[in-house]
Amino acid sequence: MKLLNVEDVSVSFGGLKAVQGVSLALEEGTLGALIGPNGAGKTTFFSIISGFVKPDLGRVQLAGKDITALTPYARAEAGLTRTFQIVQPFAAQTVGENVAVGAHLHCSSRKEALAKAREVTSWVGLSGIFDQKAGELTVAGRKRLELARALATRPKLLLLDEVLAGLNPQEIQDMLPVIQKICDSGVSVLMIEHVMQAVMSLAQYVWVLSQGQLISQGLPHVVTQDPLVIEAYLGQGTAQKIKRFAQKEAS
Amino acid sequence: MRDFRLIVLFAVAFACLPFFTHSGVILNALMMALFACLMSQSWNILGGFGGQLSFGHALFFGTGAYAQAIFQIQYGVNPWAALALAVSISSILGGVLGWISFRYGLRGSYFALITLAFAEVFRILSLSSSITGAGVGLMLPLSESIGNMQFSSKTGFIELILSMNVIALLITLWLKNSRLGAYLQAVRDNEDAAKALGVNPLKVKFFAISISASLMGAAGCFYVQVFQYIDPNLAYGAHTSVSALVGAIVGGMGTLWGPVLGAFALELLSSLTRNFLGELPGINMVVYGSLLIAIIMFLPKGLIGLFSSLGAKPQTRGGIAVDSKLKS
Repeated sequence: MKLLNVEDVSVSFGGLKAVQGVSLALEEGTLGALIGPNGAGKTTFFSIISGFVKPDLGRVQLAGKDITALTPYARAEAGLTRTFQIVQPFAAQTVGENVAVGAHLHCSSRKEALAKAREVTSWVGLSGIFDQKAGELTVAGRKRLELARALATRPKLLLLDEVLAGLNPQEIQDMLPVIQKICDSGVSVLMIEHVMQAVMSLAQYVWVLSQGQLISQGLPHVVTQDPLVIEAYLGQGTAQKIKRFAQKEAS
Repeated sequence: MRDFRLIVLFAVAFACLPFFTHSGVILNALMMALFACLMSQSWNILGGFGGQLSFGHALFFGTGAYAQAIFQIQYGVNPWAALALAVSISSILGGVLGWISFRYGLRGSYFALITLAFAEVFRILSLSSSITGAGVGLMLPLSESIGNMQFSSKTGFIELILSMNVIALLITLWLKNSRLGAYLQAVRDNEDAAKALGVNPLKVKFFAISISASLMGAAGCFYVQVFQYIDPNLAYGAHTSVSALVGAIVGGMGTLWGPVLGAFALELLSSLTRNFLGELPGINMVVYGSLLIAIIMFLPKGLIGLFSSLGAKPQTRGGIAVDSKLKS
């Protein structure tokens, strides 16, 4: 069943067509990745799905229900939560309090929310710093916090906007199993990611966005071979050059 | 639990104090400190916990005060019933102002300006309207009895303002440990992140300003009962707004005891400067202002920061703790 169904959404900011007629459907229980060069419109597209940006055209459906007109918080209630590329912790509050805000979506009792928060923080590997101020965390810690907070809302669909950006290779290695675990627990995930290692090892399906348009989609190893995709990243004619170079090498 | 015990202690200590001293100066200072404390506590709910810095809390103060006076004078309502009505009216006014300004996404300095503007508009309206007695103001007829909420001694008024303070403290304590409070602080720290987690910022801020306005309205009612007089400048003047916010900022925003500490410290400071430097007119305000600047400069977390930095155990930097966890 399609959990997320985005049909033909477009949005422009003045003369800039940030997203043009992009459609995307994510099956329930899968982990999809959205890739593309800088400025392709990935984050804008995420903002449309999560309700922070209203599309000029097109619609967004979650589990068969049209959510195009819903506010971000109504979407969170419906089971769609996002994280932010630039982490947005509630800096003055502790890790536990941060996560409890997410947990409060489904329980009004403070005690219950904090208990739930404790569970989720240990789940993403932050249990040792439950009482630390969020503002004092490292980038890696903040990224996990962002994840924990979103997870605490018990989403059906989690939108991860570059949770691996800014992490060192070791930290990325530590983070990958966490994302995998989230998906295994039954949460569908759509992630924007530049770290190809993560895309190749985690994603079951990949969409490629370039200059606001969807230029390719498919299985990870197929998409990365697509000449259009290579050219979107490396410039026009590169696919040809690579091919020629490879042939020369072979002969 | 610790905070609840402290509130009980606070209540008992100040309730008993009038029975140990008959000094009019001390009792008067205590009453004014508790009065300032209530206003700071009110401002703290919206400004400290909600991060919506109001510069016009006098709006709710004055409205509460006028409602209290008008209900008694024009309609012969019993003061206790008038108190309930006045508090509700202030609260509704807060809700309306909140709805208008938050609906259109006003934050930060824009919100501060609109509250200031509203207070000023109400001041001018009350100056020219007959129901508020225009520039002459309203005088409450003297008739001392508990039923009339006019006490023959300061003690009665102290018990009254103390109970209002205890209610304010209990509301704040509840807020600290409730979903609304958690949401309010989330909205204060990052509105977008809060939205993404399912928080409706408009609703949360609406409740915060309504609660805050009702407590400020109660302070206005108290003022009328004590001084039996209200005029547009007393009701909606900027000094009331300022004393509400300064107490909370000096004491520590977004904390339960900060406003209490701030209001008491400022009351002490202003009476000390007044008493010791009284013969040089105006110099007390200079000293008061300088000390205020010093406190804000050197204690950005407010006076309450002194206590937490003394009591806190040395914290490990976040990085170390996270990294060791990441390896596991």
